[in-house]
Amino acid sequence: MVPLEWYIGLSAVIFIIGVAGFMIRKNIIIMLMSIELMLNAVNISLVAFSHYLQDLRGQVMVFFIITVAAAEAAIGLAILVSLFKNKAAVHTDEIIEMKG
Amino acid sequence: MDKYVLIPLLPLTAFVINIIFGKWIIKEKAHWIAILAVLGSFAIAVSAFLEVLSGKVINYDVYNWIVSGNFKVTVGFLIDQLTAIMLIVVTSVSLLVHIYSVGYMHGDGGYYRFFAYLSLFTFSMLMLVMGNNLLQLYFGWEAVGLCSYFLIGFWYEKKSAADAGKKAFIVNRFGDFGFGIGVIMIFLMLGSLHYTEIFGKIGTLQGQAINILGYNVDLITLIALLLFCGAVGKSAQIPLHVWLPDAMEGPTPVSALIHAATMVTAGVFMVARFNPIFNLSETAMNVVALTGAITSLFAATIALVQNDIKRIVAYSTVSQLGYMFLACGVGAYGAGIFHLYTHAYFKALLFLGAGSVMHAMAGELDIQKMGGLKKYMPVTYWTFLIASLSIAGIPGLAGFFSKDEILWLAYNHGTVGKIVWAMGTAVAALTAFYSFRIIFLAFHGTFRGTHEQEHHLHESPKAMTMPLMILAVGAVAAGWVGIPAALGGSNAIAHFFEPVLGHPHVTAAHEEEYMVMGISIAAAIGGIFVSWIFYSLKPEIPKNLAVKFKSIYTTLWNKYYVDELYDFIIVRPVKWTATNILVAVTDGKIIEGIVNGVPAAIRNFGERLRKLQTGYLQHYALSMALGVFVILTLVLIAKGR
Repeated sequence: MVPLEWYIGLSAVIFIIGVAGFMIRKNIIIMLMSIELMLNAVNISLVAFSHYLQDLRGQVMVFFIITVAAAEAAIGLAILVSLFKNKAAVHTDEIIEMKG
Repeated sequence: MDKYVLIPLLPLTAFVINIIFGKWIIKEKAHWIAILAVLGSFAIAVSAFLEVLSGKVINYDVYNWIVSGNFKVTVGFLIDQLTAIMLIVVTSVSLLVHIYSVGYMHGDGGYYRFFAYLSLFTFSMLMLVMGNNLLQLYFGWEAVGLCSYFLIGFWYEKKSAADAGKKAFIVNRFGDFGFGIGVIMIFLMLGSLHYTEIFGKIGTLQGQAINILGYNVDLITLIALLLFCGAVGKSAQIPLHVWLPDAMEGPTPVSALIHAATMVTAGVFMVARFNPIFNLSETAMNVVALTGAITSLFAATIALVQNDIKRIVAYSTVSQLGYMFLACGVGAYGAGIFHLYTHAYFKALLFLGAGSVMHAMAGELDIQKMGGLKKYMPVTYWTFLIASLSIAGIPGLAGFFSKDEILWLAYNHGTVGKIVWAMGTAVAALTAFYSFRIIFLAFHGTFRGTHEQEHHLHESPKAMTMPLMILAVGAVAAGWVGIPAALGGSNAIAHFFEPVLGHPHVTAAHEEEYMVMGISIAAAIGGIFVSWIFYSLKPEIPKNLAVKFKSIYTTLWNKYYVDELYDFIIVRPVKWTATNILVAVTDGKIIEGIVNGVPAAIRNFGERLRKLQTGYLQHYALSMALGVFVILTLVLIAKGR
């Protein structure tokens, strides 16, 4: 039996990779992937806790998150496509209209 | 509604109608409304006068104007003997001036405006004289000041007229400041502004003193002098006389109205109205008498050398007003108001006559350029002559009786009385001299103007000569109500005034009165005679005198340099302060600093704030992450405790 700590450790590592990726990389596609990583890291910890506590509500939550993540990926990519059509850019450095 | 309310209300209505509809609808018919309104006021004033004559005194409140705690002011009317005579003077002279203006102002672009202002002026003066409380008097007081500003500056495109209007208003402000304080002091000390209450309680202040900057000042003297301060401004006494001669810039009918019936007489009326206060202060009385006498002499000497016909008449007004104050100062309020009443007719006549001359001379005012007008404008000449005889104090005419009454009562009033009597008699001689100087220079001799002017000479239209003739009757007969006992009369007017104004008790014999009368008649005739020698017989004498006494002549010609003095000590420092302190520092630095500084500060702050908006997604993400971190940390710390 794999102990709970390992799952939490895995979850934390993936989450931090996601955060770091989101912060450091400037390619929007990779940033979207990082968001995906963070969401799934949370999913892992939710499933782990659900199993540990023998409570199904955690796994119900996971389904919701997967749904949201799918929607987010769809919308995010759609925005990205139209952005690329207009600007021919996927780097955040090049998209600075809102700079004050 | 009482009919007395209509006396001021009719001119006010005429004003409102003319000012609103005058420009587009009424236009050249504006005079009908104004004249009918004043005629109505005059009719009611006469009926009110008759009621007062039968012994009735009307005193009632119409409307609660201000009620605040124990401070209560009403709009109310008091028509006693003093007010009744003022009503007659104001409405009758105003009516004649209105009629005269129809001819004089014919074709002027501001015709409707002129009549609207005349109505407002009449209304203000009526409110002033009819009020039964001090605040209403103050209202009328300020309103006539305002109207004088409108009317003196009536031809506002002309700079000198606009300046004269401002000057009248500003100079009056000096006097009104004192008057305002006087009103407030009366309210503070007596708790009321109604005449009956003021006069009832004023005795309780006797002997009380107030400490001002370490000096103990008698309270009643202080109040009386503050009130007199207003009178000095409004009635153009030294040192605030400078506005009146400049008021000549207005249309001539306005000058007549200001000088004869409204505005300048307000000061004399007020002092007479407050005689219960003045009577309690010997000092204030002496100040009034001496101010009057000095002004009278001062203005008469200036009038000797001026060449502008209206200006001479203006200085003669200042001088005659001095006479009225002189009378009030020696306790002869009745005589003062009597003189006010006779003066109204002959002075209005002089002004309207001068206006008629100007009309014929196409605006020329210099009497040196006139001459021989007698044969061109007989009506103007004869009426002007009657007015001059009247003001000079020739027996039988109005001016004689009132002037003589004043001089006689002054003569019997102790040392101060003797001094002012001597000055008054000297003024009588000077008055006769300068009045006839106009007659001889303008109406006699040969014409000295240009040919064009000579060709243009004509008698004025009916609308102008008719008021002249009516006023001439007044200038002759107005004095007959005050024929003194020494001349076999009953001095009816003095007895008429006695309940309100009192009458100084004179025990001296008739012989002495004949002596005083004789001296003043001699002075008048002497003045006329000298004038005749100077300006008709030997015209080189005045020219030689002017050369010989050059310094005196130039001083008089420049009106004792009072205007220059005021320019130096008041106008220039004020202008300097305005440009260098108010405009440069207060406006330029402080106010503009605040007005421009606040937006600048906000803008500056915004400039700094927008730097936060870097446009880098990572920065936003980082700040979000940091925010979450901080909040979580705080929550955990809070939980841990």
